[in-house]
Amino acid sequence: MSEATTHHDDHHDHPKGLWRWVVTTNHKDIGTLYLLFSLVMFLIGGAMALVIRAELFAPGLQLVNPDFFNQMTTMHALVMIFGAVMPAFVGLANWMVPLMIGAPDMALPRMNNWSFWILPFAFTILLSTLFMPTGAPASGWTLYPPLSLQGGNSFAFVIFAIHLMGISSIMGAINIVATILNMRAPGMTLLRMPLFIWTWLITAFLLIAVMPVLAGAVTMLLTDRFFGTSFFNAAGGGDPVLYQHIFWFFGHPEVYIMILPAFGIVSEIIPTFSRKRLFGYTSMVYATASIAFLSFIVWAHHMFTVGMPLGAMLFFMYATMVIAVPTGVKIFNWIATMWRGSMTFETPMLFALGFVVMFTIGGLSGVMLAIVPADFQYHDSYFVVAHFHYVLVTGSVFAIMAGVYYWLPKWTGHMYDERLGKIHFWWSTVWVNVLFFPQHYLGLAGMPRRIPDYAVQFTEFNMISSIGGFMFGFGQLLFCYIIWKCARGGEPASARVWEGSRGLEWTVPSPAPHHTFDTPPVVDDSVAVHKDELT
Amino acid sequence: MKRTNELIVGLAVMAVIIVITWGLFAVGENMPRGVTPFSQDVYQLHNTVLGIVTVIGVLVFTAMFTSIYLHRKSRGHEAAKFTHSTKAEIVWTAIPILILVVMAVPATRVLIDMEQTGGAEMNIKVTGYQWLWKYDYIEDGVSFYSALERQSNAARQIGSGINPREVENYLLEVDRRLVVPVNTRIRFLLTADDVIHSWWVPELGWKRDAIPGMVNEAWTYIMEEGVYRGQCAELCGKDHGFMPIVVEAVSREAYDAWVAEQRGEMAAAAHDSARLWTREELMDHGANIYQAQCAACHQADGSGLEPAFPALAGNDITTGTLEDYLKLVLDGRDGTAMAGFRDRLRPQDIAAALTYTRNAWGNETGDTVQPSAVAEFDQG
Repeated sequence: MSEATTHHDDHHDHPKGLWRWVVTTNHKDIGTLYLLFSLVMFLIGGAMALVIRAELFAPGLQLVNPDFFNQMTTMHALVMIFGAVMPAFVGLANWMVPLMIGAPDMALPRMNNWSFWILPFAFTILLSTLFMPTGAPASGWTLYPPLSLQGGNSFAFVIFAIHLMGISSIMGAINIVATILNMRAPGMTLLRMPLFIWTWLITAFLLIAVMPVLAGAVTMLLTDRFFGTSFFNAAGGGDPVLYQHIFWFFGHPEVYIMILPAFGIVSEIIPTFSRKRLFGYTSMVYATASIAFLSFIVWAHHMFTVGMPLGAMLFFMYATMVIAVPTGVKIFNWIATMWRGSMTFETPMLFALGFVVMFTIGGLSGVMLAIVPADFQYHDSYFVVAHFHYVLVTGSVFAIMAGVYYWLPKWTGHMYDERLGKIHFWWSTVWVNVLFFPQHYLGLAGMPRRIPDYAVQFTEFNMISSIGGFMFGFGQLLFCYIIWKCARGGEPASARVWEGSRGLEWTVPSPAPHHTFDTPPVVDDSVAVHKDELT
Repeated sequence: MKRTNELIVGLAVMAVIIVITWGLFAVGENMPRGVTPFSQDVYQLHNTVLGIVTVIGVLVFTAMFTSIYLHRKSRGHEAAKFTHSTKAEIVWTAIPILILVVMAVPATRVLIDMEQTGGAEMNIKVTGYQWLWKYDYIEDGVSFYSALERQSNAARQIGSGINPREVENYLLEVDRRLVVPVNTRIRFLLTADDVIHSWWVPELGWKRDAIPGMVNEAWTYIMEEGVYRGQCAELCGKDHGFMPIVVEAVSREAYDAWVAEQRGEMAAAAHDSARLWTREELMDHGANIYQAQCAACHQADGSGLEPAFPALAGNDITTGTLEDYLKLVLDGRDGTAMAGFRDRLRPQDIAAALTYTRNAWGNETGDTVQPSAVAEFDQG
């Protein structure tokens, strides 16, 4: 297969200008497209978050009516999950998987082009509902019926957009699995693969398993809404809770789809800047696989208040608590990697360390949420909002930023502005905690999530949170500027870029040429990121 | 030498982290202890688990920051070569499992206790509507709706000009409270009429979803007299943030007196549904019903919120034949948020609301709708 791909490209004359980006089948171009798309979505979703935080700055309704507020919470989540975080990881995979396993390109380049180019259409459709007479979806990103079925005709556009995103994700995932399993360079055995590759391989299987489940769930919503079926309509013999079971059977693995590649990125960065190989490589691989497996049997912990039998609640509580074990193994392994290393703190390392600290905070509040009786209090409160933003923003998003800083010199051939990068890290870290930490208190004090207005005793922490939100949000413009500046020029980057970096991606020049590894490299322990511990 | 160094720095780092953690607890708010045996169990459980995860966090961060301080290149630290340690990995797999067991045991005990809903001394059915609650006292035969109280409702409108800080219990007060006796085992039966809601009063220690087509059970036993406030916790549409819950726990005697008073009012209401009403009475009562039941969507001035919520001022159906209008109000309209009010309001409420809407904001049908007409239409 690799021969066919390179052969094909040799005979292709490269289109120039914008058209090049439309027809490209090059994994680096497509990776860039994904990453830029994700950045745009990050800013759009962030703007929606600022509308939410602005309205919540003080009690009373000042800026938006409650229905538009609900549209904002719904769209913020859909845009951030499907538009910002997932495409960012796919973009990183497109750029880095072939470079890290010594492949000339992705296994299925044309499908790769297609899976990206579906996304702009999907999100144009999704965002266009904001301008339709009945407005954007306002029932939360989970689209629980019967509420979601009260939406106007724009709901059909939302479902179509979700189907498109699902198709895109599935194609991207198939491509990643095919590439990793078929196109590794000689000597790149499975247990020599960088951890980013391992986490993405497992993530891709999760995607293939659960995106069709989401497609099924939203299709049933579609027929309930427009074609008179009663899957979720109690009056017609259906069951609204059935939807929640199906949705979260998708939804919980989806949560890990958004964090496993982050684990991979951090597992690349910490060894590089500790100048020490990753501690416990094999256990990291097994821990990732265990988390992926467990993600399929914990879904109902999102639904402890719907009224389940005692036995079911106990099962889902225990299963959820068990996830803490492999996740703990990962955190301990990262710290053991740093231990007695020779650390330096360039921006990627700062973001990776920020990830470890703040993801741990989110993980610990996750253990609390698993405790069913206590969850009867936490559920659907701001405590949950704080929890999942710790794992998604200071977890996934920080890891994505760490990865971008880490590989940016490889992509552009220039070093980014280290001073600005550090400012970006410290600014983001301070304000993101001002933004999300007080939300723990709000939830414990009794503030439900998804409300546009609140009782006056919640005022102070909401104000603090909103200030944090605006400062964090506008700080991200600095991130855009740093990327732009680095793309335009800067100190030339060497092939190795970082003193402690290991792995195939650092054996090609910076910037990585359009075509790499036309002749597969031979991988042995001296080049591999990890020595095969089993030998 | 090296190990001593790590120990000293480690202790110093831990001290700093403990101070920061202590500060975070000092400025923040914690879960309320609550006034029921269950809520106090949950509070204990929450504090235990929070304590455990805090200690874990402090230890993890101590190790990490000790390493960050000591093992840096700028201090001339050279990287060690080790890449794994089976012993360490077994330890940090086994210890978390033990900690989880320690947490799971009390959690299981409290949960089993919560799920035993038998032995109730009284039953209250809670029904969620967009966007108010209905309470039916099954044994005592009392039944009423409980919606956001008027002052809050006025203050929460965009551009109301009313400062929420000057409204007492802003957004956490209702027009009619759920009055219950203390020291009584009360079983709640929760359901909903339209979409999923969730009934949550933090001081009682739990929330439970109210789901159309299902009846969920939960129970409480309130130990202290007092007023306990909460609100809907499951997104249920535009006014999700505006359907509070207020529980007033009183002595047994006060509760019995309250029930007697409610029964008197209900008997008067039954009489009202049979008698002839004057136009003024209907318009007055209709204005009240409209504000409580209709204005959330159709707005106080009947202007609606197009396109989802049509204006009633100048509306063809509102001002059209009484039969069409009555049918719509009683049955609702499928696929929209317009619920059927047949079981939700008494005939005199519907009659008054119809009279009011047909004769307010420039609507001038000039007719009145009598409660008896509504009852007849419904039966015929």
